[in-house]
Amino acid sequence: MNVVFYLSAAIAVIATILVVTRVNAMHALLYLIVSLLAVAIIFYTLGAPFIAALEVIVYAGAIMVLFIFAIMLLNLGPHSEEQERIWMRATGWAGPVILAALLLAEIIYIIIGRSPTIGSAQPIQPAAVGAALYGPYLIGVELASILLLAALVGAYHLGHIRRALREASVEAAALRARTLESRPTGEQEPLGQPK
Amino acid sequence: MATIPMEHGLIVAGILFTLGLIGVLARRNIIFVLMSIEVMLNAAGLAFVVAGSRWGQPDGQVMFLFILAMAAAEVSVGLALVLQIYHHFKTLDTDAASRMRG
Repeated sequence: MNVVFYLSAAIAVIATILVVTRVNAMHALLYLIVSLLAVAIIFYTLGAPFIAALEVIVYAGAIMVLFIFAIMLLNLGPHSEEQERIWMRATGWAGPVILAALLLAEIIYIIIGRSPTIGSAQPIQPAAVGAALYGPYLIGVELASILLLAALVGAYHLGHIRRALREASVEAAALRARTLESRPTGEQEPLGQPK
Repeated sequence: MATIPMEHGLIVAGILFTLGLIGVLARRNIIFVLMSIEVMLNAAGLAFVVAGSRWGQPDGQVMFLFILAMAAAEVSVGLALVLQIYHHFKTLDTDAASRMRG
């Protein structure tokens, strides 16, 4: 089982590196799904089968489908990849990479130095998670439901404004087309009558 | 189940979080920034689950559930905002939306 952990950890890290460096959004999204599945296997080896299932269902399923919908709605086209290459070629990469690598080195140093204990992962059954979730963490569940409701209303509001704007722009375009149509015919009629 | 040193799980979480941080800092496309935020949230949840399995308590998994709900809320509003920004500015560059107007 240790081999499974280290292998899936390596897959997760490699897939995440590929996510950050891709130019095509859809390719990055597929690598992100691979990374999430690898993390789900890590969860399973750590003795959290319930969380592993939720990772696959909610993260790799629902949230990634939302991303795919958004990218398909944007309808970016081939020129976006060239634009992305131009943005990637910019020299803004070195600073964040060096600083984040330093922070990572510090974190690894602190983790290795401070906790010499070795954890033995007993699987935690979903019943225990559910009992804790609806016992001492009940207020958290209520707050999460309020947050999700707020997100639902917010997403509906933002999408609704966009649709109203598009309808307004379509109406304006139709109005403009009608006025443009009516003007040439109005000019042509006086020309046509003498004939 | 596997007996993995807790440090290794936390180091994996740290590496994933750092990669997400690099993505947020270095990318200009707002879709990639959102994906990197997802990576960071996932890494934070991984750290919670590692710590929960270290002490054999379900609290870490409960925290992961809350992170999951928060990520779902964040990504729905974030993607709606991305659609708005693309509709408004005709680009996904984060620098295009640098001014706050009503």
